[in-house]
Amino acid sequence: MISHPILSVRNLSVEFRTRQGTVNAVNDVSLTLRKGQTVAIVGESGSGKSVTSYAVMRILDRAGHISSGSAEFSGIRLDQAPESQLKDLRGREISMIFQNPRAALNPIRPVGQQIADVLIEHSQATRATAREKAIEALRRVRIGNPEERFSAYPFELSGGMCQRVVIAMALACNPQILIADEPTTGLDVTTQRAVMDLIRDLTKSNGMASILITHDLGLAGEYCDNIVVMERGRVVESGTPHELFLHPRHPYTRRLVKATPHHAENLKALLADTVSPVREIDSVTSERSDSHQSGFAREVSPPVLEVIDLRKEFPRARTMRDWMRGEKPPPFVAVDSISFKIFPGESIGLVGESGCGKSTTSAMIARLLDPSAGSIWFRGKDISLFKTSEFAQGMLRAKLQMVFQDPTESLNPRTTAEQAIADPLIHLLQITDRREIRTRVKALADQVGLEPALLPRLPHQLSGGQKARVGIARALASAPDLLILDEPTAALDVSVQAVVLNLLADLKERLGMAYLFVSHDLEVVRLLCDRVLVMRGGRIIEAGPTKQVFDNPREEYTRELLAAAPRFLDGVPQ
Amino acid sequence: MAKPLAHLRYVMASNPVTFLAFTLFGLMVFLGIFGPWIVPYDPLASTPTAALKPPSWQHWFGTDQVGRDVFSRVITATRLDLLISVSAVAMSFVIGGALGALSGFLGGWTDRILGRILDTIMAFPLFVLAMGIVAASGNTVENVVLATAIINLPFYARVARAEVATRRHAGWVQAAKLAGNSDLIILFGRIVPNILPPMMVQISLNMGWAILNAAGLSFIGLGVRPPTPEWGIMVAEGASYIVSGEWWLALFPGLALMTAVFTFNLMGDGMRDLVDPARRT
Repeated sequence: MISHPILSVRNLSVEFRTRQGTVNAVNDVSLTLRKGQTVAIVGESGSGKSVTSYAVMRILDRAGHISSGSAEFSGIRLDQAPESQLKDLRGREISMIFQNPRAALNPIRPVGQQIADVLIEHSQATRATAREKAIEALRRVRIGNPEERFSAYPFELSGGMCQRVVIAMALACNPQILIADEPTTGLDVTTQRAVMDLIRDLTKSNGMASILITHDLGLAGEYCDNIVVMERGRVVESGTPHELFLHPRHPYTRRLVKATPHHAENLKALLADTVSPVREIDSVTSERSDSHQSGFAREVSPPVLEVIDLRKEFPRARTMRDWMRGEKPPPFVAVDSISFKIFPGESIGLVGESGCGKSTTSAMIARLLDPSAGSIWFRGKDISLFKTSEFAQGMLRAKLQMVFQDPTESLNPRTTAEQAIADPLIHLLQITDRREIRTRVKALADQVGLEPALLPRLPHQLSGGQKARVGIARALASAPDLLILDEPTAALDVSVQAVVLNLLADLKERLGMAYLFVSHDLEVVRLLCDRVLVMRGGRIIEAGPTKQVFDNPREEYTRELLAAAPRFLDGVPQ
Repeated sequence: MAKPLAHLRYVMASNPVTFLAFTLFGLMVFLGIFGPWIVPYDPLASTPTAALKPPSWQHWFGTDQVGRDVFSRVITATRLDLLISVSAVAMSFVIGGALGALSGFLGGWTDRILGRILDTIMAFPLFVLAMGIVAASGNTVENVVLATAIINLPFYARVARAEVATRRHAGWVQAAKLAGNSDLIILFGRIVPNILPPMMVQISLNMGWAILNAAGLSFIGLGVRPPTPEWGIMVAEGASYIVSGEWWLALFPGLALMTAVFTFNLMGDGMRDLVDPARRT
């Protein structure tokens, strides 16, 4: 079915004026979007995929402008149209949804009202009919109890539901094009599937065309008709998922396909042919025998971390009814008396949906949060006895570090990348010599693949992947024994993820570091972790060696989780 | 030192309004420092024969009721007015900001008690408080500065408290804890620098207010007293002459006040641009 193109971008180039000169963010990019089609723009962070769509919607930063090329929508030249015409088009004909749904919603306005606002703004409803139409929109995005949820505030909804509200707002006026910029990054795997299925179904039923911007090749492969691969501002290859995955032509595409962890046998297989692993890790068989050996050694050496009956309760506020009855409401139990051990050099995966208590568990182990009950034994000492503030200064702090989930939030907006990485060197390792600090920072940046030119930059000048790397370098600075990683590679491109995972594996071998790897991405857990713990509702419902749990899950819930991961070319032989 | 200067030049180049504001402020500071030496007449010298002369080539702003040159007095007054407002605002900013930051970071009882103290301060009208302080410890300029500083304290405390509370649970604060920083360093070394942009805007708005406060207080006789030249007193004394047609006594000091407040308000944006790292492209 060949329909005429609804959006046609030809030789588009975008430049940014910065103090260091002009940056060519997008160079000569062309793509075509037809009605009913879904096109994916896949690329690493900093490749210009988001900037391309911002340029099409004309919502670039004030330092950016379209330097050449054109973007045509239904005969209208978007790059030349006046602002008044664009305001009309945005939301009504071309809609966009962004990565962080909470940032896209007004936190002090009920979600239903926000949908109604969009409708009224584009004259799709009057004040009298807006409420009805907004509730209908909520129903269409499969939010249960839409009448009640109309007056809910964004903070009362989960991340997945907020994203659905944003989708409802975007689709409220039945636009012809929907641009989705990383809509499911940060959502857990079951919610991701639900949101992507929703976008696909609505696209089909409304006869829309959509552009999906993502760094997840697997996701693009499952949901899109056509994939455009971008690198450093240029389009390097485009084609159907079948063509790209089975017969990639450009070396960059080949690297991307190889680095996507679906169906990979081991971590080394993720790396491109030209990149050698930092240290030679032999074939698959020796890796398995390694783990057997270290498994034997493990049983003999004491665990680096032992958690016994760890529990965290959050008190619930008393309502008027409780006052009248003279009762106290039962506290909310986030973590329900869990126990597990981590041995030196072992990596444990902690998986589960959002809200299951894994972040609370990792915060307690990292001693950023006080447990309500239970004990945490680290290197032979019960660290749950220390108060959070005492532990910050103690000797053990250097040996127990954490990498955070949201790279943007985990960096001080005022300090450069170099200062952020140097912070633990100065305060934990008490290094005072400036030159030594600088050398160490460079070495750490090198280890995580961060170019030295990026070190003097502030966080808002770095891309998401670069920020994530700074966070990892910072955590490694004090050479910890146990590293807690809270979704560290979620924001990273697959090729960088491959390098970082191999780095983590290598460090594990060399330094005997143990990991607690909290993640939604089951493929990554499968490759990196020796054992896996599945959490649900604050309890560990299944635990065991990774291969065993993934190949023969005992629990129904584990099976559900495994089934929700994006299927990479189902049924196509690799 | 080169980087902050380069950044200043960049900020001024990208926004002409900021440039205008900083230029005017620079002029005010210059007059404040060198004013008394460059004025044509002694601001205190009275020549009764030349009293109430309208603006002319000898007396650009005319003369007042005892023959003093209004122009010289307006220029000389810059120093005193700037001193009063800058010191009052500086005191408010430092003390109010620190209290607010502690309140926002620690929460709990600290927050509640400090909040009620601030409420009490906010309940006082400026003039009543100033009169109280003056009655207790004498009618001096220092006491007027103190009164102005106390009155403006709650505004800084509120802004600081809100901004710190928002950032208290941020990822980078947790990361700083992981890197071994003590709570005190985290609060004053990390969080407070991050809340400077909104505080800068508060400062600039407040400077205008502080000048008006000082002028108002001297209008009713507290603090600065004649014959010391100060814009507020000059407006007060000149007010009664407007009716009889000698408009220049009150107009020119009033214009100076207006220009000063205008400059400070315009500077707010510029100050924020200077301090906010996100503005650096």
